[in-house]
Amino acid sequence: MVPKTRLGIAKVVVFCLLALPLVLLGVDVWREVQLPGSAFGPDPTEEVLHYLGQWGLRILLLTLAVSPASRLLRKPRFVRFRRMMGLWAFSYIVLHFAAYLLSNAGNSFEVILASTIHKVSFAVVGFYALLMLVPLAVTSTRGWQRRLGPGWRKLHRLVYPAALAAWIHLLWLSKGDFMDPLIYGLVLVLLFGERIVFRIRKERRATAANAV
Amino acid sequence: MLIKRPPDIRSSEITPESVYRSRRRFMRESLTVAAGAGTAGLVGTPTAVALPAEWLTAREVKAGVPLDEEMTSERDATGYNNFYEFGTDKEDPAKYAHEMTVDPWTVEVTGEVEKPGKFGLEDMLSGIDLEERIYRLRCVEAWSMVIPWIGFPVKKLIGKFQPTSDAKYVEFRTLHRPSEMRGQRSFFSNIDWPYVEGLRMDEANHPLAIFAVGMYGKLLPNQNGAPIRLVVPWKYGFKSIKSIVEIRLTKRQPKNTWNVLQPSEYGFFANVNPNVDHPRWSQASERRFPTTLFNPNRIATRMFNGYDEVASLYKGLDLGRYY
Repeated sequence: MVPKTRLGIAKVVVFCLLALPLVLLGVDVWREVQLPGSAFGPDPTEEVLHYLGQWGLRILLLTLAVSPASRLLRKPRFVRFRRMMGLWAFSYIVLHFAAYLLSNAGNSFEVILASTIHKVSFAVVGFYALLMLVPLAVTSTRGWQRRLGPGWRKLHRLVYPAALAAWIHLLWLSKGDFMDPLIYGLVLVLLFGERIVFRIRKERRATAANAV
Repeated sequence: MLIKRPPDIRSSEITPESVYRSRRRFMRESLTVAAGAGTAGLVGTPTAVALPAEWLTAREVKAGVPLDEEMTSERDATGYNNFYEFGTDKEDPAKYAHEMTVDPWTVEVTGEVEKPGKFGLEDMLSGIDLEERIYRLRCVEAWSMVIPWIGFPVKKLIGKFQPTSDAKYVEFRTLHRPSEMRGQRSFFSNIDWPYVEGLRMDEANHPLAIFAVGMYGKLLPNQNGAPIRLVVPWKYGFKSIKSIVEIRLTKRQPKNTWNVLQPSEYGFFANVNPNVDHPRWSQASERRFPTTLFNPNRIATRMFNGYDEVASLYKGLDLGRYY
């Protein structure tokens, strides 16, 4: 099916852009399978794990940037891209988790369970972020949106603690160098800050209107 | 012996580094010219090594005892490194360590020794026999390699300076030269340079503890800690400090860098121990390189990295508490 509207074309473009990191990874995986050691260095599973995690976080933050961008640029249409972006973020994060399990292959189930769930560590926080995103992915369809009514918006506020958990996950696993958590943290502060400012202004406007 | 106590000199009389470096370069270049076509290459050393390649090739190196385990490829061991002075990515050291000048190289020996001083590396190593040691290297990050080092027991070098009876520990320092080590310039690093590590005297005296000057039959590449580094195979890799410029014999336990930074995660001893987890991850197993895409090649981590002969050093020590 060829999209006819400008929005449809834009959606295809955004879709392709978000798929690009995965396609590039696929190319590297293919190279690695042809000639082991050629694409990822001596530790391919770990490389793939970090790559997927990084893109998961980036696209999650990009998704969170949609509403602020639509407000600041006065482009309400931006919101039409949000579901697709959120689902891509979720996909990268699920693949990231799969790579984590793969990198643990050979470890006993107890060790995996301990480091993923019991032990208070970055892996656990990451796992919680993933868990919070599952209901959002499931209820991302129009059908669920209708069924849940006003509850849908409330439920989807889970994305905020999920993003925060994903950031804590990154911060917690960092050592010696804090460039990444600082940059992503700054982005998160901007994204949360815009929402807070927006909310305060909206309430002020509402009280002003009531006063009149 | 070439070990001499330096005379008392005022700091104003000391030749500035930039001057003596350019002098050395001048001497090297003129020597290369003097050597002529017949022996070209004899003196013209690449800048990446502290000791001329001939220094190593002219020596007899006693062959090492092979392990039952596959050796890590030279490419992996020299391309995947933790040397935060050059950045925190595993590829950073291989990319940027060439910016470090390792020729000339001096090592200062201080503290509880009869014969302290500052020594040129080549002089310092004169009369020391080299041998190959094929060791497992277990990183605290739960990956491991098998590397053929060229070096000599720590004891042999430190003995030269005659430690006093007060010498209970040895402290080592890495070069601190932000102009050539981009990691030390990093705004985002929370490490207090220079990098410091230490050993208890009996650990340093153990025959398994070596100083390495080479690997894979060649001199150490910069990213692996040229021109001289420590290798303590029964401890996590971060104990095996690189590019050493200072050796200090002390009464008190040295404050090693990672321990200062995160005491709950990194101890002074840092013995490889599958039963004591890092607070953030398990130490029960390790990924032995090279791993493949669909198999992380996990093997069980062994107590003291499989070097049981060091166990007697820690008799009566609670290894859960002194990790």
